[in-house]
Amino acid sequence: MQLFSCPFCGPRDETEFHFAAEAGKTRPEPAGEVSPEAWSGYLYAKSNPGGPSREIWQHVTCGEFFLMERDTLTHEVAGSKALRGQRP
Amino acid sequence: MTRRYSAFSLFVEGLRGQTGWAPAWRTPKPKAQYDAVIVGGGGHGLATAYYLAKNHGIRNVAVVEKGWLGGGNTGRNTTTIRSNYFYPESVALYDFALRLYEGLSRELNYNVMFSQRGLVTVAHSEAEMEIAARVVNAMQINGTDAELLGPEEVLKREPLLNMSDRARFPVFGGVWQGRAGVARHDAVAWGYARAADRMGIDIIQDCEVEGFLVEDGRCAGVETAGGTIRAGAVGLAVAGHSSVMAAKAGFGLPIQSYSLQAMVSEPVKPCMETVVLYPGTGTYLFQSDKGEIVVGGGIDRVPSYAQRGNPPAQRQVLSGLLEMFPAFGQLKLMRQWAGNVDVTPDSSAVLGPSPLPGLYLNCGWGTGGFKSIPAGGWLLAHLIAKGEHHEISRPFDLSRFMTGRLVDEAAGSGIAH
Repeated sequence: MQLFSCPFCGPRDETEFHFAAEAGKTRPEPAGEVSPEAWSGYLYAKSNPGGPSREIWQHVTCGEFFLMERDTLTHEVAGSKALRGQRP
Repeated sequence: MTRRYSAFSLFVEGLRGQTGWAPAWRTPKPKAQYDAVIVGGGGHGLATAYYLAKNHGIRNVAVVEKGWLGGGNTGRNTTTIRSNYFYPESVALYDFALRLYEGLSRELNYNVMFSQRGLVTVAHSEAEMEIAARVVNAMQINGTDAELLGPEEVLKREPLLNMSDRARFPVFGGVWQGRAGVARHDAVAWGYARAADRMGIDIIQDCEVEGFLVEDGRCAGVETAGGTIRAGAVGLAVAGHSSVMAAKAGFGLPIQSYSLQAMVSEPVKPCMETVVLYPGTGTYLFQSDKGEIVVGGGIDRVPSYAQRGNPPAQRQVLSGLLEMFPAFGQLKLMRQWAGNVDVTPDSSAVLGPSPLPGLYLNCGWGTGGFKSIPAGGWLLAHLIAKGEHHEISRPFDLSRFMTGRLVDEAAGSGIAH
């Protein structure tokens, strides 16, 4: 069992967390000028790195979304950070 | 040297003390240039090479594998082969694979031990029986075999199922596909490798592709640990590592990699006839020819390239197993492992040209790569040879994520991811 750290609740069982998306994506704006390619890229293309990864997770128990840096090869967690008040 | 496998050659070699067997494939040094290079020596890559030679007469081909043949997902799955999908595009694809599997041992002169013992997807309520009837209708309309079973017919096949009136997921009936079954995973890789090698294809193991050679905006080969290999076209069949390779080629894919784990018990006497799937628990299982109970379930919900499973998913799969077959509570687990699966947003594969001209994709199979090996190989070979889609692969083009014409089997047939 792995422990992930919620910035608000502290270390908790991995089953309490839900992977939401990769970090760093920005919604293309304004919507009226976004090409189908750019919109498709925003919706679907993923960097899906093998190694260090910056990800948005939700701690389902408290409902908060936060940034977690982890390694997809070793499952090592480098740290987690609240998202409030900043862009990921 | 004995080249052809048969009961007669087995008998003769028995008399000769097994001294006449030839290696099943060569270990060649890579040439500087091929007509086509396939990245990935799993089932899909080896099948692609085989069908390039057999269907299109293109024999100047290399398969480049970073590890050993079939050491990735081909050797890590639970070997179930089925085509019980909802959408016509999916049934056309997976039933094509199933039909090719039906003749594969003979075609490859290699026993892949395809055992069509049937698969039952159990329904747990009246409402689920209505959905089951809808799936059966869809499958029949799409031209594959399907039958709606009542509870007695399910229990006749699997008498050890949990029939307690306190069962959390009772048996109301199920969707039956009698042509579904299991095969020996290593044999599929080895059979294709041996047959491809016979037609002159170079299989190069222990040679990692580190990048792509791009000339005039076109993929002109691969950069490997052992040097550059030029190619007229390159096929990518690397499953869970597709995103990593795509990044080297300069584009992104709608794929997330996860671990999918499975496990086997100690061998026991024959007690299961078919493959059983409970949508309620997400657990499915069958008994191998050796007597082991082979158990699998959904993916680990943590993005991963680790090729190992986490305990929570294992616990869920095993608690599902005990709900389905209480008698298996005494079984000891022998092995647990995981593969690295490439999951797309619509749970359907990606087949077709990549954004880099000259590079073709066979990926996104997610948890269903093994059952699609013959079709994936056939269709990627067609793409490489003709430069355009086969009618079966066209709906699975990468462009569907731009047009929005997804083949959403997660919704259609309730795939567990």
